[in-house]
Amino acid sequence: MGAPGSGEVGVLATLERVLREVLYLSPAASTYAQRIDRLHFLIILTTLVAATGIFAAAGYFIVRYRRRPGVETTPRFTPRPWMESLIIGVPLSFFLLCFYLGFRDFVWLHNPPKDALDVYVTGKQWMWKFSYPGGPNEVNVLTVPQGKPVRLLLTSRDVIHSFYVPDFRMKQDALPGRYTSLWFEAISAGSYQVLCAEFCGVQHSMMRARLDVLKPEEFDTWLAEHRRGLQARQDGSGGLALPPMAEQGRLLTVKFECLRCHTVDGTAHIGPTFLDLYRRQEKLTSGDSVMADEAYLTESMMDPLAKVVAGFNPVMPSYLGQLSGPEAGAIVEYIKSLRSDQQQPIPAQGPTYAPSGQ
Amino acid sequence: MPPAASEPASPVTYLNATRGVRAWLLTRDHKRIALLFMALVTLNFLLGGLFAMTLRVKLLFPGPFMIEPITYNRIFTLHGVIMVWLFMIPAIPTIFGNFMLPLMLGAKDLAFPRLNLLSFYIYAIGSLVTLWGMVQGGADTGWTFYTPYSTTTPTQIVPVLMGVFIVGFSTILTGLNFIVTTHTLRAPGMKWMRMPLFVWGIYATSVIQVLATPVLGLVLLLVAFEHAFGWGLFDPAVGGDPLLFQHLFWFYSHPAVYIMVLPSFAVMSEVVCAYAHKNIFNYKAIAYSSLGIAFVGFFTWGHHMFVSGLSTFDSGVFGVLSMLVGIFTAIKVFNWVGTFYKGSIDFRAPVVYVLGLLFYLVFGGMTGIAVATTSLDVHWNDTYFIVAHFHFIMVGVTIMAFLMGLHYWYPKMFGRLYPERAALVASVVIAFGFVATFLPQFLLGNGGMLRRYYSYPEKYQALHVLSTAGASLLFLGLATVLTYLVVSLRWGERAAHNPWGSKGFEWLSATPPPPSNYEELPRFTGEPHDYSTTEPQAVTEPGAPS
Amino acid sequence: MSEEASGHLAEQFTTLEKQAHASRLGMWVFICTEILLFGGLFVSYAYYRAMFPEEFREASRHLKTWIGTLNTFVLLTSSFTVAMSLHFARTTRGRGAAGLLALSIGLALLFLAFKGYEYSQDFAEGLFPGRLVREPALRNPGGGIFLGLYYMMTGLHAIHVTIGIGVLAVMGVLASRGAFSAHYDTPLELGAMYWHLVDAIWIFLWPLLYLL
Repeated sequence: MGAPGSGEVGVLATLERVLREVLYLSPAASTYAQRIDRLHFLIILTTLVAATGIFAAAGYFIVRYRRRPGVETTPRFTPRPWMESLIIGVPLSFFLLCFYLGFRDFVWLHNPPKDALDVYVTGKQWMWKFSYPGGPNEVNVLTVPQGKPVRLLLTSRDVIHSFYVPDFRMKQDALPGRYTSLWFEAISAGSYQVLCAEFCGVQHSMMRARLDVLKPEEFDTWLAEHRRGLQARQDGSGGLALPPMAEQGRLLTVKFECLRCHTVDGTAHIGPTFLDLYRRQEKLTSGDSVMADEAYLTESMMDPLAKVVAGFNPVMPSYLGQLSGPEAGAIVEYIKSLRSDQQQPIPAQGPTYAPSGQ
Repeated sequence: MPPAASEPASPVTYLNATRGVRAWLLTRDHKRIALLFMALVTLNFLLGGLFAMTLRVKLLFPGPFMIEPITYNRIFTLHGVIMVWLFMIPAIPTIFGNFMLPLMLGAKDLAFPRLNLLSFYIYAIGSLVTLWGMVQGGADTGWTFYTPYSTTTPTQIVPVLMGVFIVGFSTILTGLNFIVTTHTLRAPGMKWMRMPLFVWGIYATSVIQVLATPVLGLVLLLVAFEHAFGWGLFDPAVGGDPLLFQHLFWFYSHPAVYIMVLPSFAVMSEVVCAYAHKNIFNYKAIAYSSLGIAFVGFFTWGHHMFVSGLSTFDSGVFGVLSMLVGIFTAIKVFNWVGTFYKGSIDFRAPVVYVLGLLFYLVFGGMTGIAVATTSLDVHWNDTYFIVAHFHFIMVGVTIMAFLMGLHYWYPKMFGRLYPERAALVASVVIAFGFVATFLPQFLLGNGGMLRRYYSYPEKYQALHVLSTAGASLLFLGLATVLTYLVVSLRWGERAAHNPWGSKGFEWLSATPPPPSNYEELPRFTGEPHDYSTTEPQAVTEPGAPS
Repeated sequence: MSEEASGHLAEQFTTLEKQAHASRLGMWVFICTEILLFGGLFVSYAYYRAMFPEEFREASRHLKTWIGTLNTFVLLTSSFTVAMSLHFARTTRGRGAAGLLALSIGLALLFLAFKGYEYSQDFAEGLFPGRLVREPALRNPGGGIFLGLYYMMTGLHAIHVTIGIGVLAVMGVLASRGAFSAHYDTPLELGAMYWHLVDAIWIFLWPLLYLL
């Protein structure tokens, strides 16, 4: 929360603190939480006022117009048009206002900033696995920098899970066989609880993880240290040219014979080349164009004929059911690493993004 | 029918016209079938309630307590399955709808009496299969049966799915019967715009039942088939898409919410008019808003899927449509409150339930707007906030309407009065117990407590204890009602013909009604719920079919 | 209303016309539910066909198109004989109506026999649904889903045919006893409507599964 600048802001901040206390809402720990908590208060307070008001109005009428002996008939009352328009107009305006305010933030939530740090998240019964594109892999502890956008790319290895951080007010289902994403920016350093929100079996309620938010410099140190450990291990085993996920992806493209149709040197073959494919604008046979981001690349593996790049025949088979979620993610990471402008694959600070025209 | 019914001196009612177990179990009289349903639905309600209490007791402690996690999962699944499919969906249509619809329309029975009996036995068989599945090991998926968990669970999900599938047929046949009855068996003078509001509500419900239930039936079949043979329609490991299941499931189950609440609204409209002794504020608004809910309700299912991978655009469309469906409910609420204005209100137990229903409906409905707000749903989805929201709007409203209908129509159905003072006390206990149970759950949801959690972080314990205390109160109140209603069956004071002075059309027949409802068909000459005049609402015409 | 017909009038109806109208309305509502039941399957079919067009085409080629086509003719013919029997019943030729219904039942049994033969051939070739499929050309996700849908759709339809046989049999017995006349033919009419529905569903299944 921002520091109170003037007295008025101070009053507002106090009011917010009281409301949070009463509504059992933890302090907003992400920028998203800060955005939506005001709307939360607005709706809940309106709910309380409306429910109590209508209850009270009915109660008042019941006392005021209680049955008295000798009353045989009651007058027929015909509502006037202005009453009816009020009855419909006032709540409808409020409902649509809620929709507008809510959807604005919802759209914001679904458009991650370009410089977000990517972390791959895999749910399985009953744990969370977090993989950074340049390493390392962690189980049940997600470490992120404070004040920097982080994008999670979620998938599941078995049933549906849902990644939920109550203090951040955000969750997203992790589905087997495809990727969904979620981004956030943590406000202050500390540890937060991660829960699984979608029922996934006996140990569902114990599928918890910890989200550690570190100061940016601490995070860089943490990442470097963990990568160094990784590098040491890799050097010991002869050294790998690529970071683990991209390397795994390269092996998978061999295993699934992707390279029979796609080249990695920039020449078009039966399918488009993988080189510089990531975040390239591709023209489609339908006339539209699409940005080859994680979602498109994954979709093209699972449902290749949905969006075929212009100039190629719709011949690619679907790999749905053959490629697991993490495998598809690894191939995406491999494609990301294939860039003509840099000989060294994947810089340590994460992937760079082309402007998306936002 | 026995000609004895026409002798004015002997009070032959549907209750004493014929005797013996066979006469009841093979009856085609809609009123007796309603009572058969009442017995079975109440049993299922008790069972579901016992499961709920077990859950609440376990949740007194954050760690393992009393039952194992797998048992807990089975119990919340059965609690949901029983309460949704065996109590809330059938309760009001099969009991009050069955009993009152022909009376209100001036008909001697439903259009298809034998089908009606069949519907009861299908319901009974479906209940038994579900219970058998429970004994066999039960399902642990939650009542939503989300794939791919439901297709891979080691528990006995197939019998439970089959039980719900069978009950679906009962729902369809009942809905079909009501639709045809409303179209073809309205007595002379009963124009569409003269139908009691209860009939409008039940009619709208039936339309949803008939159109939505087959899709549910199919989807349950698919899940059972997939669980048995692993063909992979919803399993991504074989190429299927789990989200297709959610689309198909919610295509039924969101309208199902309206299958549960529309009959409650129908009862509410009758009871409000009867006890306020007042014309409904705006008849057409209530009638058309029921149809509006039935229609728009079919296009809002996606709001259950805001965080499951739906595209942003789709979420927006479903978000707006969900806001529109809320307005129909708001119209009804204002109309009911408006009806009290300048009425002559008889304060009895049903009026307490009316107040309770108003509060739960507005609170539950407004929190519905809250969770349909896309950005906020990202926080609330799958938390106790959702649990509390749908308990307010579905369970609270249904229980209030069920109880107010039960008290209002008790003399009509059994010819006896219930003890008013005990009823008032119990109604206040129930209304308060309900709030005490579920208000803390809203707060728990705000704090991040998730549904279907066996263990939970310790910080939530205090609110859980409060909720359990409220549930005990609720249970106590319901047990009291059950007790005095059963006792009154035999020892209750004999009721006058129309003890509440109601102008509902069902009171035009004798109390309790004779086997074929009306000796001579009435011709309706007045409006329903018309308290502005003392003119009769109908005249009987000796044997003159139109 | 005639004496002979008034015996069929239930207590809650005032006229036979009203009762017949109610029965027809009920049947139409029932047909709506049936359409929605199969509608869920058609939606699933469309969804997955869009996802796996190649696999669906390939899997479809493995089905016995000639049996499917033959069965289409069998079922269409039975629909015609049922319609004819209704015409006979209305002109008080109960024997003829019963004979035509018996013929229709024979055709329905023939349909099921063909279907059963087709299933046995499918099984012999290893055309099982989902994960169980043994035919190598279809050991891909789309192929398994197609076969699952194939068994689900034709199986559900076959159940409807079986129920239809029962319905037609009851109608046949009633017709042979001369229960129907120009004044009273509602049960037979409803039975015929049901049978046409079963037929109509097959008319959609046949191209979707065998031809496309």
